[in-house]
Amino acid sequence: MVRPALTGTRIRARRNLRGMRQAELAREIGVSASYLNLIEHNRRKIGPDLLGALAQVLGVSVDALVEDGDSRLVEGARAAAERSSIDQAELERIDEFTGRFPGWAKVLAETQARVERLERVVEQLNDRMTHDPYMGEALHEIISAVTSVQSTATILNDAQEIEPDWQARFHQNILQDSARLAEGAVALVNYLDAGKSEETGLAAPQEEVEAWLAQRDFHLPELESEALDPAQLVAGQIELSSEASRTLAVQWATQFRADSRALPLARFLSALDRVGVAPEIIADEFGVPFDQVLRRFALLPRDALTGRGLPVPGLVICDNSGTILFRRGIDGFALPRFGGACPLWPLYQALQRPFVRLRTPLATAGRLGRPFVTYACSTTRVEMGFGMPTVLQATMLILPADSVTTETESIALSVGASCRTCPQMTCAARREPSILMTAI
Amino acid sequence: MEKRVLVVEDEPNISEALRFILTREGWKVDVSADGKSMLGMLQADPPDLLILDLMLPDLSGFDILKVLRAGDGTRELPVLMLTAKGQAADRVEAERLGVTRFMTKPFANAEVIAAVREMTAP
Repeated sequence: MVRPALTGTRIRARRNLRGMRQAELAREIGVSASYLNLIEHNRRKIGPDLLGALAQVLGVSVDALVEDGDSRLVEGARAAAERSSIDQAELERIDEFTGRFPGWAKVLAETQARVERLERVVEQLNDRMTHDPYMGEALHEIISAVTSVQSTATILNDAQEIEPDWQARFHQNILQDSARLAEGAVALVNYLDAGKSEETGLAAPQEEVEAWLAQRDFHLPELESEALDPAQLVAGQIELSSEASRTLAVQWATQFRADSRALPLARFLSALDRVGVAPEIIADEFGVPFDQVLRRFALLPRDALTGRGLPVPGLVICDNSGTILFRRGIDGFALPRFGGACPLWPLYQALQRPFVRLRTPLATAGRLGRPFVTYACSTTRVEMGFGMPTVLQATMLILPADSVTTETESIALSVGASCRTCPQMTCAARREPSILMTAI
Repeated sequence: MEKRVLVVEDEPNISEALRFILTREGWKVDVSADGKSMLGMLQADPPDLLILDLMLPDLSGFDILKVLRAGDGTRELPVLMLTAKGQAADRVEAERLGVTRFMTKPFANAEVIAAVREMTAP
């Protein structure tokens, strides 16, 4: 029988209580440290034999490690307390609270979960609204027309007498603004519908390509061999509804094929087994650019990663205008949908130092910030000739810190997704106020 | 003496409605559809109240406010800023630049009148 999530959290807590290192416990129960790491982060389900072995080594009953309804309530209440600005919850009496008032605890846990869901929705909507100039313009037009209609209608509805010529002008204005309102609404609906595929509900070509890749789990096995041309692969894909998205997909697939030729799958995995997560060593061994290794690593088959106890990484690519060209999300590290990301990201630091390999431990901002390690580098994307600008491209690979190192690294850098949704109010790099404080 | 209000608003139907309700309130209303053409006149002969749209075709409402607050004759001029952008950042910026009152569109006529009365009360 498989165990539900959060069992891992309990195992980790019990191990820490006993002062055991992860590697030590892993050795005792006969698994690799990286596999135990995945279990402790609730990324692997755990079978009864292994659970029994863990319980024995940790000196507790199996029941103490298995998540139950009570522990869900405790975790929910704890999360609510940690996210609250009121630092007065009696955390040491949390078991007593959930035990004595399970109904209230359930309400609190559900409310907390709802707040987190809503915050994610607000982030996404805000991101779309504020970074989409056409939509901003269209909404401005509609609000202006609504303002005029409302103000004029109020005048006409007023009990006071209005001279006939004023009355006629106001009727004319309302007619004009109603037509404008209708046109604006139709234009907005058309805009939102344009290029949108029914399957994905997405609009921009880049989003379509990302959705197409996501459906394939960001791996294109057909291009690992010589068998298929990128254009053939892309042709007829229903997720790619526009010419623009198909063009981008062919570019991406061509890049993927070049990466897989330079770093053949079997040899790359064998190097990974030998040297671990060390993209700099792999780049030197294969004699390829560092960013090519980062891309290859992020787009390996999922099984190849998880089978080695490695997490599926995140990847972000941008050009030197800061425009994000590609993103593959990773749990806990939010990536904005449209530009305007956190200027502290090593991705942007890499643009300032082309060809320099950066390895940066960092944490996401906020009370529940999570530690990550990023690898980043920028290289030339386009050479435009003498006297012309050079276009750079920066690549950043994102990995959970505990998958890269078992030691605790000191983290000096705290980053967000974008200023608008970042909870770090005192950041010197802030461009604008955060809606998390002003709107919620 | 009749009090004067200048409405700087590029939406003609909105400025017409504002002209009507303010005239009925006893104001002498001047209207301008852009910022540049009125700026010199405004500095030379300031009205008693300025109603200023944020998004104008040439100068933004912020630009105008900045100039007014730097001028001796207009430093204390009551300014009601109207905007279809209700974002918190715009309100913060307007307040930083010294706006007297910030109101988002769509507004209710009664709301505008109440604000105007309050801003120009002796």
